[in-house]
Amino acid sequence: MSSTTHTSTIGAIGAPSRRNTELGLLVFAVLIPIFAYANVGLAIDGTMPTGMIGYGLGLGLLAAVGHLVVRKFAPYADPLLLPLATLLNGLGLVLIWRLDQSERLQQLQERSFGAFNPAAPNQLMYSAVGIALFVGVLLLLKDHRILQRFTYISMVAAMILLLLPLVPGLGTDVFGAKIWIRLGGFSIQPGEFAKIVIAVFFAGYLMVKRDALALASRRFMGLYLPRGRDLGPILVIWAVSLLILVFENDLGTSLLFFGMFVVMLYVATERTSWIVIGLLMSAAGAVGVASTAGHVKARVDAWLDPFGCYATSGACEQIGQSIMAFGSGGVLGTGLGQGNSDLIGFAANADFIFATVGEELGLAGVMAFLVIYGLIIERGVRTALAARDPFGKLFAAGLSGAFALQIFVVAGGVMGLIPLTGMTMPWLAAGGSSVIANWALIAILIRISDTARRPAPAPAANPDAEMTQVVRP
Amino acid sequence: MSELTLTVMRLCFLAVLWLFVFVAIQVIRSDLFGTRVTQRGARRGADARPAQGRQQAAPTPPRQQSGGGRQRRGAPSKLVVSEGTLSGTTVALQGQTITLGRAHDSTIVLDDDYASSRHARIYPDQGGQWIVEDLGSTNGTYLDRTRLTTPTPIPLGAPIRIGKTVIELRK
Repeated sequence: MSSTTHTSTIGAIGAPSRRNTELGLLVFAVLIPIFAYANVGLAIDGTMPTGMIGYGLGLGLLAAVGHLVVRKFAPYADPLLLPLATLLNGLGLVLIWRLDQSERLQQLQERSFGAFNPAAPNQLMYSAVGIALFVGVLLLLKDHRILQRFTYISMVAAMILLLLPLVPGLGTDVFGAKIWIRLGGFSIQPGEFAKIVIAVFFAGYLMVKRDALALASRRFMGLYLPRGRDLGPILVIWAVSLLILVFENDLGTSLLFFGMFVVMLYVATERTSWIVIGLLMSAAGAVGVASTAGHVKARVDAWLDPFGCYATSGACEQIGQSIMAFGSGGVLGTGLGQGNSDLIGFAANADFIFATVGEELGLAGVMAFLVIYGLIIERGVRTALAARDPFGKLFAAGLSGAFALQIFVVAGGVMGLIPLTGMTMPWLAAGGSSVIANWALIAILIRISDTARRPAPAPAANPDAEMTQVVRP
Repeated sequence: MSELTLTVMRLCFLAVLWLFVFVAIQVIRSDLFGTRVTQRGARRGADARPAQGRQQAAPTPPRQQSGGGRQRRGAPSKLVVSEGTLSGTTVALQGQTITLGRAHDSTIVLDDDYASSRHARIYPDQGGQWIVEDLGSTNGTYLDRTRLTTPTPIPLGAPIRIGKTVIELRK
């Protein structure tokens, strides 16, 4: 007896809509960044910052648009996803603006690019584009099950997105990692979008194939070992992720894709053996690549002993500075605008933005941020539990799994727990692709949760039962 | 700006941040108690596996509403599976016929090797008394210890045994 027979529906009773709760939380989520903004301004200049009203209004407007669209087009959606994402986006804007004020970073940019251009206005623009995509997804995607039709098309699309940075003339090499493409003045990170697209493929594929993967297996040492031919897909994904690692020098993307596949495989089949196999394969791949590819090797060295090569290698210096930032933050932090996390230099407002949180808000702030990310993941998993169709379940589980992996990989890398990878903290880090793609991800989760939490129609009278005549012998 | 003001602001900000987290968790908590977990393993689990492709397109079977329909006092209001793989499942009794068996369209789909595809049914007679009837199953339906041969009224709380599954009617 497999445990799938104990699937249960989690449905809301009472007033299921909860849009007003969402509105209240959203107001809260807009006020907190404004407070943070004032805090940074007071700490740096001693005056209220001039752009405060503009940023506050901008963020409030984005939140209002998002809320109204959810109210209209996804009335039963989860009330927490939008406020949590808005709060992170708003705080990300404040942190980026705070690093824009750093003279050290301004000089660094002037030295290397000739001019300093602040990242915060761009980030606000990207947030607006992100909300626009959020609205677009909610308007156009009336039912997430439509995506199931595009299972194999999304596989092709995801592969193209992943391989685009390798196309000569299109891809650009930034600090060793080839994960950007340049299109008319904008640089795009296609991997962020591929994350969502490939989740569609994994969900559609595993939904169809999970019986074969789960049931046809031999038991060996307490593990269910799949048949050789069922290992095919995991081998293919493994090979692709290794290719990304080798040719694009991007540990993060490759880890994300392989990890997401393993997570979804586990969710689909309930076989622990897939996790074991996945961990073994990624360990083998990581060790193999780390010992051959120079770029990855440097990152691993920087991770193992950041202060050993501190003076000689830029990667080591960044990690070292980041760890020192976390350390000097202590438990309660130095206060917004009063830290020295700008010493990290390049990517202080992108990959390393979490170090600023660590220094200026301390352990208490880092924990709050991690809990907020955790809540988003929890809502995603909850949506997966509540979804009534297997595709939606797998899709929501895959998206939240990918999100969780991304948080772990970035936060772990910045804190020195695992080797640093070139990935962004969703919404916090400066970078358009990440913000836009994550808003799309939240829109999809909201769409699935709306479908899942929508009250079921009243039970229809069973015509057969009504007509049954009891004939007594 | 004085040191004190900044310290107060810093602590205030952390407090507000955590307040938001707690408010969010509070919303989750109220959500938790505002939901009902309906076991529907029988319906989905049994036929979701072989017919995955078609299953997702069809709307889920409506969840059983509890407590609907006015009934006279003392009458059972729900059917509870008390033993077997489906234990914990409840079906509200609203005057409808409940079919039990391995067939996918049964009200309670028994995933049990000892159950027949159309094993038994439970229905109310004209007086509202619930009756269990064996539908010619191979291994029989037992009310308490006796194997059923004719439709029999079900006393409240009496175990009806089908294979490894035991169900009973409760108020």
